[in-house]
Amino acid sequence: MIAASDSELVARCRAGEAAAWDALVDRYARYVHAIVTRVYRLPPDDAEDVFQEVFARVFERLDTLRDGDALRPWIAQLARRCSVDALRRSGREVPVAEPPEDGDEGLARLDEAMSVRAALDGLSPECGEILDRFFCRDESYRTIGAELDLPSGTIASRIARCLGRLRDALEPGRKPAATASGG
Amino acid sequence: MDDTVTPEERLAELLRALPAPPSGWVEAAKQLPAARRELATLWERIEHDELLRAKAIADLEALLRAEGVEPTPTVVAHLRTRLEE
Repeated sequence: MIAASDSELVARCRAGEAAAWDALVDRYARYVHAIVTRVYRLPPDDAEDVFQEVFARVFERLDTLRDGDALRPWIAQLARRCSVDALRRSGREVPVAEPPEDGDEGLARLDEAMSVRAALDGLSPECGEILDRFFCRDESYRTIGAELDLPSGTIASRIARCLGRLRDALEPGRKPAATASGG
Repeated sequence: MDDTVTPEERLAELLRALPAPPSGWVEAAKQLPAARRELATLWERIEHDELLRAKAIADLEALLRAEGVEPTPTVVAHLRTRLEE
């Protein structure tokens, strides 16, 4: 399945399509969450308020975005501004008003992570789920095995295989990973 | 990139960089369009009803709760700005 481009999503949101707004939120929720909690390290209550504020501004101002393909940097900018405002309101220092371009938790890294995420969405649902459960939700082999009805002894090999496929998706010229069954 | 890190390990790191936010946050963000429509309706009533406007000025959060609208900071700030215009 080919996901809609950002500019397509923006156009559909502007046309009032509810499903497009849901898809936009799904696509950018992790990104905004990572900016507010990892780059700016806001405490949970502030982080939730800022998260909602960012999406409220996106919703209100989507018509002002000139280039739909610039959605990601625009959202990043809104998230940075809202985070800095929250830090100032709370009287805390602004630790990273301008996050380092290549810092461990910096925006550049999150942008790279978003590209990996987009490639993950293009894999089979089985691969997407097993990688998401293991790396993003930090679930154990045992939990994954129980949830997906798979022997826990096969989880590691499936994760390795799916990571290989993810790498293939990101590096199209590379010799493909093994095409064993199971995801 | 650290030469000792394999491409797969690097991918794993990048996957870990974007954990899912709490599902309630995501659902609330998805409800924004509907919430804004509710707010627009409420605002229209406030504009045409002096008593309601007075209640909003006196205690906006209480009015929102009474109308079944969650008084989140974003919603309160949005309405307060309009009340002050």
